[in-house]
Amino acid sequence: MYAQMVDTGVKAVRAAADMSAEERAFQARIDADVKVEPKEWMPEAYRKTLIRQISQHAHSEIVGMLPEGNWITRAPTLKRKAILMAKVQDEGGHGLYLYAAAETLGVSRDQMIADLHAGRAKYSSIFNYPTLTWADIGAIGWLVDGAAIMNQIPLCRCSFGPYARAMVRICKEESFHQRQGYDIMLTLARGTAEQKAMAQESLNRWWWPSLMMFGPSDAESVHSAQSAAWKIKILSNDELRQRFVDQTVPQADFLGITVPDPDLKWNAERGHYDFGAIDWAEFQNVIKGNGPCNRDRLRTRVKAWEDGAWVREAAMVHAGKRAARAAKQAA
Amino acid sequence: MTSEWPLWEIFIRSQHGLAHKHVGSLHAPDAEMAIKNARDVYTRRNEGVSIWAVRSADIVASAPGDREPLFEPANSKVYRHPTFFPMPDEVKHI
Repeated sequence: MYAQMVDTGVKAVRAAADMSAEERAFQARIDADVKVEPKEWMPEAYRKTLIRQISQHAHSEIVGMLPEGNWITRAPTLKRKAILMAKVQDEGGHGLYLYAAAETLGVSRDQMIADLHAGRAKYSSIFNYPTLTWADIGAIGWLVDGAAIMNQIPLCRCSFGPYARAMVRICKEESFHQRQGYDIMLTLARGTAEQKAMAQESLNRWWWPSLMMFGPSDAESVHSAQSAAWKIKILSNDELRQRFVDQTVPQADFLGITVPDPDLKWNAERGHYDFGAIDWAEFQNVIKGNGPCNRDRLRTRVKAWEDGAWVREAAMVHAGKRAARAAKQAA
Repeated sequence: MTSEWPLWEIFIRSQHGLAHKHVGSLHAPDAEMAIKNARDVYTRRNEGVSIWAVRSADIVASAPGDREPLFEPANSKVYRHPTFFPMPDEVKHI
């Protein structure tokens, strides 16, 4: 997902017997669905895991602006261009809400950005794939934002107040993103044979990376189990992935394009679609930094940060001068 | 490495005449930029008609540990709620 494989720093899920009195009281409040607020006592591992998870989520929003930003100047109409700019601007806003939520845990924005630029912090694997055609803008909105919504709606109920509140805001805006993507796909699917082929080709490239967004099967992951106990992970990777497939396949059928999976078929007994094996070697490779665009994405972010340094500095100096002048006049 | 822009808390009043409500925070070098950034970040979909920006450092908050002494006394004063007083069915408009 936008936060994949988040390390909780624990080797086994914390059992009540291993907990201090404070920690037991904390877990009891979580079990009772009481929200945790920033100034309250929390286990150090909970704090650190949330910082990792929320900052990874924030980085994904910001890096996610790049593949789409790539098409702003080449959008096919002025209307599509205005819509895409609004969408990319939303992603910037989502990054900001999330960075702000992480900052309440005591980490600075600059520190999080430094961690991203140094490769210490991750962002979602999906944004390391290139946007080669206009149809990719449709596929991203439809599939990638669709997958994000699937993950983010349950997170509106997560145990950490500022994260849950940020998720509520984000979910409200995200559904515009998914619909604008599907609208692009619909237009292509109803267009010329060439346009329809473009939609199909884009689905072919984005389908499997979209399924990988949910991360590896977490049945055996101690981190996932601990995050579930803390209620900062609500549904398992596999559950979310299955929901996504069940929801998306009929949408592809409506478009008249084919999901690139020969093993995909409806299983009436389970009431779900069965689908083929995911290439986890590819996923691991992208996570390790060797996807098609990893280096390019990071280089672009670092350059934007460095090129903007003088603006950040000048604004601070200007604000300081104005404040000093105002103080002098008042004296 | 420069120092980070200060953090501001943003409050928005919606169109329905309700009180300003906390919507989130942002970084800005001064008050003017805080309002401008808040407009871009928090009112992209007609969410509000007025913005307050307050430096986070200037907010005074109650401590989580004081929850009991501060709020517990209200628990025993149920007579502060109108439902404490049962009214006979015959009595109207009260």
